[in-house]
Amino acid sequence: MPYLVHSPQDREEMLAAIGVESMDQLLVDIPKSLRLDELKLANGLSEFDTMAQVQELAARNRVFADRLTFRGGGVYRRFIPTAVSAVTGKPEFYTAYTPYQPEASQGTLQAIFEFQTLIAELTGLDVANASLYDGATAVAEASMMARVQTGRDEVLVAGYLHPEYLEVLRAFGEGRGMKVRRGDEPTDKTAAVVFQQPDFLGLLVDARALTDRAHAAGALAIACVDPISLAVLAPPGEYGADIAVGEGQQLGLAPSFGGPHVGFIACRKELVRRLPGRLIGTSHDSQGRRGFVLTLTAREQHIRREKATSNICTNHSLCALAASVYLTYMGEEGLRQVAETSFKRAHYLAERLSKLPGWEMAFPERQFLNEFPMIVPKPRPLLRKLAKKGILGGLEVSRWFRELKGVVTFTCTEVNDPAALDLLVEVAGS
Amino acid sequence: MTELLSFELSRPGAQAPRLPEAGVSAPASTDVLPKEALRARPPDLPRLSEPEIMRHYSRLASLNYSISEQFYPLGSCTMKYNPVANEVAASLPGFAGLHPYQDEETVQGALELMWRLERALCAVVGVDRVTLQPAAGAHGEWTALRMIQAYHRSRGDKRTEVLVPDSAHGTNPASAALSGFSVVEVKSGPDGRISLTDLESKLSPRVAALMLTNPNTLGLFEREILNVAEMVHATGAMLYYDGANLNAFMGVCRPGDMGFDAVHMNLHKTFTTPHGGGGPGAGPVGVKADLVPFLPHPTVEKAEGEFKLDHRRPQSIGRVRSFYGNFGMLVRAYTYVLAMGGDGLTQASLDAVLSANYLRKQVEGLLDLPHEGPCMHEFVASAHNLAPQGIKALDVAKGLLDRDFYAPTIYFPLVVPEAMMVEPTETESKATLDAFAGAVKEIVELARTDPATLHGAPHRLPVGRLDEVGTARQITSYLTGSSEEPILRWKRVRK
Repeated sequence: MPYLVHSPQDREEMLAAIGVESMDQLLVDIPKSLRLDELKLANGLSEFDTMAQVQELAARNRVFADRLTFRGGGVYRRFIPTAVSAVTGKPEFYTAYTPYQPEASQGTLQAIFEFQTLIAELTGLDVANASLYDGATAVAEASMMARVQTGRDEVLVAGYLHPEYLEVLRAFGEGRGMKVRRGDEPTDKTAAVVFQQPDFLGLLVDARALTDRAHAAGALAIACVDPISLAVLAPPGEYGADIAVGEGQQLGLAPSFGGPHVGFIACRKELVRRLPGRLIGTSHDSQGRRGFVLTLTAREQHIRREKATSNICTNHSLCALAASVYLTYMGEEGLRQVAETSFKRAHYLAERLSKLPGWEMAFPERQFLNEFPMIVPKPRPLLRKLAKKGILGGLEVSRWFRELKGVVTFTCTEVNDPAALDLLVEVAGS
Repeated sequence: MTELLSFELSRPGAQAPRLPEAGVSAPASTDVLPKEALRARPPDLPRLSEPEIMRHYSRLASLNYSISEQFYPLGSCTMKYNPVANEVAASLPGFAGLHPYQDEETVQGALELMWRLERALCAVVGVDRVTLQPAAGAHGEWTALRMIQAYHRSRGDKRTEVLVPDSAHGTNPASAALSGFSVVEVKSGPDGRISLTDLESKLSPRVAALMLTNPNTLGLFEREILNVAEMVHATGAMLYYDGANLNAFMGVCRPGDMGFDAVHMNLHKTFTTPHGGGGPGAGPVGVKADLVPFLPHPTVEKAEGEFKLDHRRPQSIGRVRSFYGNFGMLVRAYTYVLAMGGDGLTQASLDAVLSANYLRKQVEGLLDLPHEGPCMHEFVASAHNLAPQGIKALDVAKGLLDRDFYAPTIYFPLVVPEAMMVEPTETESKATLDAFAGAVKEIVELARTDPATLHGAPHRLPVGRLDEVGTARQITSYLTGSSEEPILRWKRVRK
């Protein structure tokens, strides 16, 4: 059987060393009535047959070419440097455990310390944690922080936050009696104002005004940001937001049908003790050598149990590592170029699409970066027509927002080359 | 050996990557966007060439212990071999290249994989349905408690307490508290198992659920589980199974048959998806029929040979994560299940139990064994016997690192002093287990002959024992403003 190591003879010897004659003697504590005759699953397969079955399933999915993918909505195609998978594919990283023994885990610890620094720099805030599961749970965790910090029960969601993030926020809040409301007028009951920049439709919001309004009501401002946009846009730290969160998929991770990706969270230093999850800090050994350790664990579940800031006891370490490699590879200049190329192509595309008969920008007065909403005639047939030509067209958003009937968001990045843009326009207009 | 931070290696003017130019005529962001929307100060990211980056990370990799090179006897963590075929499967373009908002007819293979994995997990733990959405074990615990809460509420039953044994994983009380429950602790009896008398006294119509790990964190099967289930159900509460220790009895018995109503599983433990230095994992939750209406949406359904995502579930607790969970981990786990099959998973558990009992026997007489055997897939030893030499579990752990073994889980469960929780798994050979026992023997001797050396361990790692207390103190200084050194990040010293 694959992956098992004991030979029949080993098993005999081990039983003898224990001083029993059979496995049944080791399983005496299990009531007889509970014992199974067999596990009702097909018997195992050879690696060859296993992979044939898995490949057959993979082959029944349709993969659209990166350059012909114009659908975003929280998951984007980006150029992923080969360096990323070369690093995350190192077994020293991917088969390591959570770094409980710091002396034997310096590679992971230092890489995550670098991640914390990269996120803090990008968001313009003081401290970031070692990562969270995804953008949605990051929004929920940040809201919990605000609730504890302010002692208030309501979270206000301004504008078009990713609808699935909103749903996760509601599910998190429900157990603890946290109310989630859509709107942008905070009151003295509001713990935090949450907004997404750019929003779910790709449009820029007035982050500064929303932040000021939150603060005027004594609430915290939570900005959910696109990490690549921060090469260009003012980061949360510059407009005074208290907590920044977001989804890091664009930083070197494959779409992978929605996961695993990585959530990030950063905050002002006054809120550090309320941060959920892992934090890594610098330390020294007795010889003065620098090392890295998990720290402030007194906030965490294994010490605080029911009084912990969160129940999260891991992070998405390997995905955070991918993000670190990506950001280190890009540097500030590379990241800016990626953002700028995406910006220019998206604006070129929007311009071209708006000229098609019956097409118009859904919010012509609003600015965007590289994702934008358009009103298109008959979205369903359009998307089907595009798919026939191998194009994954935009995202119909009316399934979440009834008021946005006929609105399709298109996204455009450095992987959508000019010929791909022209093809999209040509097929859409045909 | 240590490695500088990427920020310290950074050189202004180092080779930047060559990236696609826009190639279209369109204005730049700085020409279009208002100044107040733009970034004023660029982020201070490192600047390094690709060759330097690759060497940096290779060096960092060399500072890690990992299951690929070392034995990880970490109790309750199930550090098994991570099959390499799983990695190839997850990276197939037909999986890795899928956008989560593609139309259902273009992702039938992915949905079928999820459907098949759900069926396999149902068979292993004996439940009716499974949600694959939770991203980790603790996330699964919380999801299950939310479903239990929704179930009680749907019956107009406002239950406010969750019972958790004193030997439970710390995530249990934290997850219960996050769902808005107050946590009541149930004591263990002298044999290390849950005390039925104490349980009886804590059960009331206020109790929503009892969270139980079986075998418990001492590696002991809860012999009275059927009575426990009956007592809990008699008061209208539900029984929740923490699946951290599922590797003990796949194919031997099932939590569902024991009376558990909700069961979380850790695919990164029992089903070999790699730990990645702390994630991503996956924490599916299985439930019996009573809880099915409350599952997170969407579920994967099969109708007339087609697979669909069902979002219309009026009693659902909603979503616990974006999209459909950590899909890449689901592919790995499914690949493992196919390769192992029912026969392989059963043998895996039997071998895990055999290995644990064998290793327990090997360390008998070296360390204290506070509870009578046999154990299941793990056992808890105690370094309390080394107290006269001033040696603690931490010293033994560091001594093991020096001998090229990762350390067991230490100081857990909390009910055993100087606890060392050892889980060898089925993928470590008898020779490895013997070598580990040999290392423990050496350390116990060293405790007698030269305790100072042990206090100073580790000696052979990139760094020695790190001053964690000092780190916490410095953070306090930073947070209170008496120090500029941020400790939790690197920061350029400005001249």
